[in-house]
Amino acid sequence: MHIFANPARFLKIARPMTGWLGWGGALLAAAALGWGLFASPRDYLQGESVRIMYVHVPAAWLGMAGWTGIAAASAMQLVWRHPLAAVAARAIAVPGALFAALCLATGSLWGRPTWGTYWEWDGRMTSMLVLLFLYLGYIALSNADRERGGEGRVTAVFGLVGAVNLPVIHYSVVWWNTLHQGQSISFVRASSTIDASMLWPLLASALGFSLLFGAAVLMRMRAELARGKVEARLKRMARE
Amino acid sequence: MSHWPFIIASYALTIVGTLGLLGWSWSAMRRAERDAEQIGRDR
Repeated sequence: MHIFANPARFLKIARPMTGWLGWGGALLAAAALGWGLFASPRDYLQGESVRIMYVHVPAAWLGMAGWTGIAAASAMQLVWRHPLAAVAARAIAVPGALFAALCLATGSLWGRPTWGTYWEWDGRMTSMLVLLFLYLGYIALSNADRERGGEGRVTAVFGLVGAVNLPVIHYSVVWWNTLHQGQSISFVRASSTIDASMLWPLLASALGFSLLFGAAVLMRMRAELARGKVEARLKRMARE
Repeated sequence: MSHWPFIIASYALTIVGTLGLLGWSWSAMRRAERDAEQIGRDR
């Protein structure tokens, strides 16, 4: 990771990667959504509404993965003072917030035909809503800190502390009685209870949206680095 | 109850949200990099 701490070296890799991730992700996500909508089977219990899984689950994973990225970048910023770590954490925040919001919205739309309600204050949904609020707080704090010319250390601490919510979201279906179904995919013991005809389009969709998430993060990092360059040059010009 | 309106709404929200994010990020990146190139040339 230390290799990429140099902005010039990072940009050399990020420029071609942005297009590869963007176009690769768009093609894969489009194919996976078509697969999920038209070629995967309906569920014997939930019927057609199971197709919402192909957008809801990737959104949930990316909402949580986004905060994992923020926490990791915050730790790097606090411990090693990586110049790019704060930039990366800030770049992840908006895409992460969007996918957390999409997870809640699509989950709500899935809940109505399946459970008969759009919303229930149970462990999984409430902890996911808390994650969205954490993202909004992080974005506000990061913007305020940036305007004051701060180093973003308070924002980094917030990013680390907020990670406490991630295991709560993950284990909420185990710890509490909930309307939300339990874990049906496991990569640890190969004990997934989901049929392969649904698992493959789901994994393809998750990978496609992950690539698009990566492209958005790279674009936002490049924008922030370019803005930093302009600000530094303007400050230098003002001094001369 | 037909499930399709809920499915279509979920897909539409996800597609519009993702395309909006990518479009916004791309235009912000292009603008910032153009400004950086411009200020580099004016130096």
